Amino acid sequence: MKRAGRYLIFYGVVFGAWALLAKLQIWPPYLFPTPWSVWDELYGGFKDHTYWLAIAVSMKRVLAGYAISVVLGMILGLGVSSSKFLEETMGGLLVSLQSLPSICWWPLALLWFGLSQKAILFVVIMGSLLSLTLAMEDGRKQMPKIFGQAGRNLGAKGFKLFWYVLLPASLPFIVSGLKQGWAFAWRSLITAEMLYMSMGLGQVLMMGRDFSNMSAVIAVMLLIIVIGYIVDGIVFKGIERHLQNKWGLTPAT
Amino acid sequence: MSTSARNVPARLSVPVDRRLPDDHVRMGPAPVGGPSCRQATALPKVGISGISLSYRTQTGERLLALDNINLQVRSGEFVCIVGPSGCGKSTLLHLIAGLHSPSAGEVQVDGKPVQGPGTERILIFQEHGLFPWLTVGQNVEFGMKMKGVPKAERAEKVRYYLRLVHLAKFENSYIHQLSGGMRQRVAIARALATEPDVLLMDEPFAALDAQTRDLLHDELERIWSDTKRTIIFVTHNVREAVRLGDRVVLLTFRPGRVKSEFTVTLPRPRSLEDPEVALVARDVLEELREEINRSLEAEYHTGVKPRIEPGVEV
Repeated sequence: MKRAGRYLIFYGVVFGAWALLAKLQIWPPYLFPTPWSVWDELYGGFKDHTYWLAIAVSMKRVLAGYAISVVLGMILGLGVSSSKFLEETMGGLLVSLQSLPSICWWPLALLWFGLSQKAILFVVIMGSLLSLTLAMEDGRKQMPKIFGQAGRNLGAKGFKLFWYVLLPASLPFIVSGLKQGWAFAWRSLITAEMLYMSMGLGQVLMMGRDFSNMSAVIAVMLLIIVIGYIVDGIVFKGIERHLQNKWGLTPAT
Repeated sequence: MSTSARNVPARLSVPVDRRLPDDHVRMGPAPVGGPSCRQATALPKVGISGISLSYRTQTGERLLALDNINLQVRSGEFVCIVGPSGCGKSTLLHLIAGLHSPSAGEVQVDGKPVQGPGTERILIFQEHGLFPWLTVGQNVEFGMKMKGVPKAERAEKVRYYLRLVHLAKFENSYIHQLSGGMRQRVAIARALATEPDVLLMDEPFAALDAQTRDLLHDELERIWSDTKRTIIFVTHNVREAVRLGDRVVLLTFRPGRVKSEFTVTLPRPRSLEDPEVALVARDVLEELREEINRSLEAEYHTGVKPRIEPGVEV
């Protein structure tokens, strides 16, 4: 209750200041729109299905790219963490590759795949794969060795050992990495979509710019933030809480 | 035989040729091969012959952890292995379990050499061996699931083994919701559920408080005589070893060698407080003290802290 009150006060002040500044018209309305014109834009965009469609397209892409990234990241992370040679060589390469902003893969993707869905998917995968691989590797290392031993002792080996023991045992240690990988995937997607007529949220955002419709620009930005929050703050938080309850871990403070 | 099994089960007595008239303990020297080696007429359940293990430490020097260990364990026997920390007794269990390979020598079960883990030998860890992402029931079920036992049969056995360790009500609890003693009972149930011939127990009760440990000693003894498993039990607590074991095997401090063996013929069920248990334990400890001193010396000289817990006191 107290928390809700704090939120209410904070966002009340933010929107109040915004409304006040817009109302004072220090900047022209086409550069600094009022909250209610953004609201109208949002309402209209959902009503004519533009936003629903854009969200659906973007989500489909990011989920596909993220899923591929998670699977590849698991395989790579497992490989890197299980061999000293790979850890020293590929591990170093992965860390240095991570300094490359994902959109730098866009020109390469365009030349390889042309202006297509594949190119966007490629950028999303490259954007999140590295951080997911590193998270998996780290998780495998942090996971107590005894789980693997106990699993082998009870007759689990090969894929069964991975699926029933190593993977669930490392989940609490990789969940923050999974979350980070998601954030990278989401950002890479929006960036890539902005560069290509693609139907997704990124394109709708650019359309706002093309029509000099500042309300639409802000509306789509808000949508991107809200979706990011829902996945991060609700889906991943839920998973974390679920794991904490199962494992009896106290939430990290 | 089974009618009188509760008090002094016939199968718990030592073979006649090994019994000393007015003594409950027989101490033998520990020649290579061990006295039990020549006496065993039938094939031993577990045969450890010439096991050595050396490994390279992080500083690069080679360390001999186990040196030419020979030990024969009969089917249904309860053998306790004691020794100071750093004698490699836990390592020996891991080798029997097949989680590591020895540098030399061989472990045989029923005459067949051990190559990797197998569900006929289940290791119970000191702690943390249970899977926290599974419920108690799912933990007990795990080994059977890996073996491909049908679901209905699994469910039935889970219930059976949880009843055996008095945890039937906790089938759907998660591990962190249980006390330390309950966790080790789950570990025992999980190990038994795969129906192993040999239970390997690596200081399973070391982290528990005294009362809980007493209870679990009773339960383990009962389960052992009910299920007729062979148990190899590692501990640094001499009294615990004497209270539980048919035989107590003493290992030396680094490298681990068999120093001596004690056959314990005290009637069962025993208790940790029995004066006879204390008496035998004193004999064992007499032998062990030298090794403890060596391990303490190593601590002073190298700064490597061996784990000696107050449990070794008689």
